[in-house]
Amino acid sequence: MNRFAMRASAWLSTATLALSLTGCGYNDFQRLDEQTTSAWSEVLNQYQRRADLVPNIVATVKGEANFEQETLTKVVEARAKATSFQITPEVLTNPQALQQFQAMQGELSSALSRLMVVSEQYPNLKANQGFSDLRVQLEGTENRITVARNRYIAAVKDYNILARSFPSNLTAMVFGYSPKANFTVANEAAISAPPKVEFGK
Amino acid sequence: MIHTYMPKLWPIGLLGRNSLAKGVTRLLLSAMAWVILSLSPAWAQALVSMPPLTARVMDQTGTLAQGDVAALEQQLQSFEQQRGTQIVVLVLPSTAPEDIADFTQRLGDAWKIGRRQVGDGVLLVVALNDRRLRIAPAKALEGAVPDLAAQRIIDQVITPAFRRGDVAGGLREGLTHLQARIEGEALPLPETGAQGGQTSGAAEVDWLNLAVLLLVALPAVAGVLRRVLGQRLGALASGGVVGVVVWSLTGLLWLGGIAAMLGLMSALFMQALPSALGRRSQGGRGGDFSGWGGGGRGHSGGWGGSGGGGFSSGGGGDFGGGGASGRW
Repeated sequence: MNRFAMRASAWLSTATLALSLTGCGYNDFQRLDEQTTSAWSEVLNQYQRRADLVPNIVATVKGEANFEQETLTKVVEARAKATSFQITPEVLTNPQALQQFQAMQGELSSALSRLMVVSEQYPNLKANQGFSDLRVQLEGTENRITVARNRYIAAVKDYNILARSFPSNLTAMVFGYSPKANFTVANEAAISAPPKVEFGK
Repeated sequence: MIHTYMPKLWPIGLLGRNSLAKGVTRLLLSAMAWVILSLSPAWAQALVSMPPLTARVMDQTGTLAQGDVAALEQQLQSFEQQRGTQIVVLVLPSTAPEDIADFTQRLGDAWKIGRRQVGDGVLLVVALNDRRLRIAPAKALEGAVPDLAAQRIIDQVITPAFRRGDVAGGLREGLTHLQARIEGEALPLPETGAQGGQTSGAAEVDWLNLAVLLLVALPAVAGVLRRVLGQRLGALASGGVVGVVVWSLTGLLWLGGIAAMLGLMSALFMQALPSALGRRSQGGRGGDFSGWGGGGRGHSGGWGGSGGGGFSSGGGGDFGGGGASGRW
């Protein structure tokens, strides 16, 4: 009977341990942590895709004589900055680093969209098949970036809810799962201000 | 909002007539305010609701003639039977306030068209009044239909026909070009018969996991239960445990019932643990076989379009924002 009691208690404790690990959200942390990491990789992947497109765009635009140099330089500089940014795993847990990353990518976004707007004024460029192809690719990439970012935001939301709510926050404390940084709207003030419409010019 | 003014309702009966009238007007006012408050934001940003996925070709505008819809449906259906790729065409009046790209993305996330294992689906959305359209391949088809190819099909095939007012012809030609591109991609061909059913069943229930759990965990549990509760009660309890575990893992009640019976019988008749173990593994396989049947049924339901019934999504398409939009 004694041996049986020992065996039974061993089984019970194993079962309790397994149940408590699933009950306290340890497995959920594994799943959601991996989900945020892969969502983040997809974000980086798509930003990289855009960065790879930029040299082609710049080369094509340079072929256009007397293209607005300032716009072009801005794109080149923004790309150089964005690609030189060191992406470490800490970016995910450090809101400031993520914000910096976001600011750099945002700079490239606005430089590129400015370039695209300006290019409308050059008929040769508009008629250039190569350039319009690049345009399509850039548009597709921007779409993919949006989707990837949205998925990352959703993944981090799930993860952070788990990391902050009781009782899984205790698990998070024990195993060191801290809440992750999420994307924010970079130019919040600029967006919330009503647009100025000027017909004066 | 309701909760905020409900508490004001009950003291009305306790107060005088005057205050009753006041209470009623207050109630009316707050109800009006509630209606206005709840309606106005919905008004301002009501997105176009997701239409249910009922067919491969859906026209909400009534632009396409009945025969055209049937012909397009036939074109897509036979392609799906030959190649497995699911293509869905949606014609709607407008996607406002959303951009067509955002709307299509939402549609792709909701419908997930494309085979479960392959994820090959393409959406073709036409917003007639916006004069915009979009081709969005799922990630599995981004190689077969890159953004540029989608753009070329839109610019050179579809929009010229749309400008002439030939919506059906534009769609037909565009789909033919899309299908030609997809045919060039080495995707797995659709499986036929029981084999296909088996794979789709296996995707829903993790049979290997289940078998391992039953083989390893249940003999131990049954042993403990039999010692604690005695021979017969223990067998009954372990049968129940088997049933509940199988039920909760597969979500299939009938399978849980079968497993419970098998567990009960094996625990009752097998005195020694090792032979009970052998018996239980048989029980596990029995469940597996009946699972085939279930998978097979799911299969014929999923691809029921070929039988003339409804059409349903394979559920595997992952839309990552690829594709191209165009206007005419």
